[in-house]
Amino acid sequence: MAILKINNLSKSFGGLKAINNVSFYLQEGVIKAVIGPNGAGKTTLFNLISGFLKPDNGSIIFRDTGIDGLDAHRIATLGIARTFQHIRLFPGMNVLENVMMGRHRFAKTGFLGSMFNMPWKRREEKEIKEKALHALEFVGIADLASKDAMELSYGQQRLVELARALALEPEILLLDEPAAGLNMRETAEMGILIERIRDKGVTVLIVEHDMTLIMKISDEIVVLSYGEKIAEDNPLSIQKNEEVIRVYLGEEDA
Amino acid sequence: MKHFYKIALLVIVLIGLQVAVTVTDRVYYLTQLTMAGYYTMAVLGLALLMGYAGQISLGHAGFFAIGGYTSAVLTTFNLLPYSHTLLFRFLDTLHLLQRREDLYGELIVNVNPLIAMVLAIVISAVIAYVIGIPVLKLKGHYLAMATLGFGIIVYRVVLGTPVFGEADGISEVPPFLFFSNFGISGDMDLRIQNYYIAWAFVVLVLFLLMNLLDSRVGRALRAIHGAEDASKSVGVNTSDYKLKTFVLSAVIASMAGVCLTHFNGGIGPSEASVMKSIRYVAIVAAGGMASLWGTMFMSTFLNFMSLRGYFGSYDDAVFGGILILIMLFAPEGILSLSFRRLFSKLFSPAEDG
Repeated sequence: MAILKINNLSKSFGGLKAINNVSFYLQEGVIKAVIGPNGAGKTTLFNLISGFLKPDNGSIIFRDTGIDGLDAHRIATLGIARTFQHIRLFPGMNVLENVMMGRHRFAKTGFLGSMFNMPWKRREEKEIKEKALHALEFVGIADLASKDAMELSYGQQRLVELARALALEPEILLLDEPAAGLNMRETAEMGILIERIRDKGVTVLIVEHDMTLIMKISDEIVVLSYGEKIAEDNPLSIQKNEEVIRVYLGEEDA
Repeated sequence: MKHFYKIALLVIVLIGLQVAVTVTDRVYYLTQLTMAGYYTMAVLGLALLMGYAGQISLGHAGFFAIGGYTSAVLTTFNLLPYSHTLLFRFLDTLHLLQRREDLYGELIVNVNPLIAMVLAIVISAVIAYVIGIPVLKLKGHYLAMATLGFGIIVYRVVLGTPVFGEADGISEVPPFLFFSNFGISGDMDLRIQNYYIAWAFVVLVLFLLMNLLDSRVGRALRAIHGAEDASKSVGVNTSDYKLKTFVLSAVIASMAGVCLTHFNGGIGPSEASVMKSIRYVAIVAAGGMASLWGTMFMSTFLNFMSLRGYFGSYDDAVFGGILILIMLFAPEGILSLSFRRLFSKLFSPAEDG
């Protein structure tokens, strides 16, 4: 069953068509990769799905809800989490607090309830903390919980960001280049982690440049070039697709 | 209850201060300490807005003045000529009016200060909400300029409107008595109790704000300040949080304005002036932006010095100077300053960006 349907999506910046009439479905419970050369529109696509950009045309349907044009925080609240190509953690917070932010949508205590220490505030805080710790355990960095997030290594910061997105208990997880800046061993571990996330039942849409990783973990691949979809298939067929090879290796000069 | 010890320590210091000035026969210091307390209350609200939610307001004196003037007008405007109206009788049966004699022994009837305070809170909350919606969409310099504009409007309105007393302001504002002889009043005999009333308000605001920061809401505010995109990506409604913080800080400033007006027995347009707003910002900056305790300490100290007249006719210049120096040498506040860092900053070339 398709959990996310993208229909005829377009987005231009000035004269540049960053995303041009792109359509594809995301089946529930799979890892789907979006690949393409630099400037193909992959990050724009993610920003459209997660609400950081509004599409010019087309629709994005999450289950039965049209989410195109909704604000980013609304989309996150519906259960679509994302990470960023350039890691964005909260400065001045430790690792646990960063991940606790991922639980925001499950708690309700507002300004007055917080100021007057209403009884449900403590109950919610306890649950937020527990669930955040679970997420840290899942990605394997529970021992870093009290560390300042900004002082961790790049690879560890990626895991904190991932744990924060997982704490949201998303139905769809959008990963924007999760292996960027990681060494080979860390990349391999990230691959295993992403497969475990899928096996938990989370549908994963991933943008990544590391082809070894993509070919290993993806169930399906969409290829973008200059904002247009040029192929959509399983990894084996994509590797043999002539159009894809041409886009990646460059056309032979006539 | 982890705030409990800090608060208890503060209360001990406050009692110690009162005992010290009483023993050394300097009880008159309590007047300035009381006034400094109310300014501190307003500045704490601004520290929440600036330091934690990351939104600057150069019009905060406007909210302080809205509170003060609302209460001043309502508690001095003589309703006696309207005693035949239905509204008057309605308010009177609900005990929302108070009767007193003016300086010449004439009977005057006006609104009870408690009702005036409630109305002041409602009015400032509504104004903050209405201007907050468009203004908080702006960032950085633009937000600063827009709030500055708001501050100027409030200043010119009170300066030019007869009901607000124009340049003279409003005087003969009655005390705000909670019961018989206990309440906010400038009466010399009530000086000690007023010191405690003012600081009870400060401690209450401090306590509530610490609770707020130590919660899901406080984390969300820090998150917005630190990485707005990321906070949206976990479902934080950033504009809603900014707006609510803006309204909360406006309400706190307005309550402080009400209290100080009843303590001083009046209010003048200087409370609404842009220099007052800049002074508040300078104090928050000196306190370390995101530090309620630092802000409270610097606010008490600087306001006390200013009110005692130590800065002489250079009062405003001193606060302007503080703002410049803080921005240059101690953007994290005076209390975070180490002299080694100050030296290295003074004598190393400017960094790019």
